Amino acid sequence: MLEPSPVLSVAATLVVFAGARALYRRSRFFLLNPVLLSVAVLIAALSLTRVPYDSYMKGGEVIQFFLAPAVVALGLPLYRQLRRLSRAVLPILASTAVGSLVGVLSAVLPAGLLGASPALIASLAPKSVTTPIAIGVSEILGGLPPLTAAVVIATGILGAVLGPPFLKAIGVRSPTAFGLAMGAASHGIGTARAVEEGELAGAASGLAIGLNGALTALAAPWLVRLSLALLGLP
Amino acid sequence: MIPGLAILFCFLAVGEGAGRLAGIPVPGSVLGMLLLAAALRLGLLPAESVQAAADALLDNLSLLFVPAGVGLMLYFDLPARDWLAVLAALVPSTFLVLAAVGWVQQLLERPGRAEG
Repeated sequence: MLEPSPVLSVAATLVVFAGARALYRRSRFFLLNPVLLSVAVLIAALSLTRVPYDSYMKGGEVIQFFLAPAVVALGLPLYRQLRRLSRAVLPILASTAVGSLVGVLSAVLPAGLLGASPALIASLAPKSVTTPIAIGVSEILGGLPPLTAAVVIATGILGAVLGPPFLKAIGVRSPTAFGLAMGAASHGIGTARAVEEGELAGAASGLAIGLNGALTALAAPWLVRLSLALLGLP
Repeated sequence: MIPGLAILFCFLAVGEGAGRLAGIPVPGSVLGMLLLAAALRLGLLPAESVQAAADALLDNLSLLFVPAGVGLMLYFDLPARDWLAVLAALVPSTFLVLAAVGWVQQLLERPGRAEG
């Protein structure tokens, strides 16, 4: 069992991410998404060197620490686009409310149909919302918070990688709609990708993290109960 | 850059405190984002004061999710039955949410006004 220093974890993460981003920028191939590629390379490296995740995270936490101030920083594009976004207040509230409803029901129903345990269903319900909210919701519903953290990350990566080509294919052209969809489906990781599409998309995406998170926190307990009743489960 | 970072951390601290006091289920960072936008809108501080720090963080937002993403390695040994449920819950749902939010928003926006 190896115990790398936190410095080594930080160095490895930065080197791998810098390389992955350079590759993505050169190729512009969506499957070479920097988060997806970095995560895959680092998991492979940790598995090969038999370094446990907890040891890696002593350095990883240092990087992750800056996530919270980065979310605060989304207030700047939000302010800059406030005038444009404020013309669409009702559509934004309506679309994120629909997104929250669809996000919970379309996660819980298939899992329930496939015979997932109540704890697994509860862990999956808040998969589209930002990690701190998702963990809170999962706890209230009787889920497993670490598993929820993992499904939230997986959902984020999935949406960040496949969301942009999918949205283009189904004819979503408005930057506001693009950003809201990315933020509502894939929280911060989707937003990190939406920021690349311009300031309006980034601002809308950051806003969707907050709106979808708050709405899901309020509605998820009822939506899960409704789904279980529909499926005839206790 | 450092004054900007100081401002961002102050708004984060206020957001975390406000969330705890009000007991609302929204993370301090998201409240901090809304408070920062409000403070800029009210002219309490100029946008230039946070510009450099915000750009530095937002240009590298993806990087900050990598350590949590590596945590997926802890779940590779989930039982096959659970894997199936997880995939069935994540994959179609992610596309459904993208389509629902994207379409509803685009349909309700007035073309040409909210950049439809």
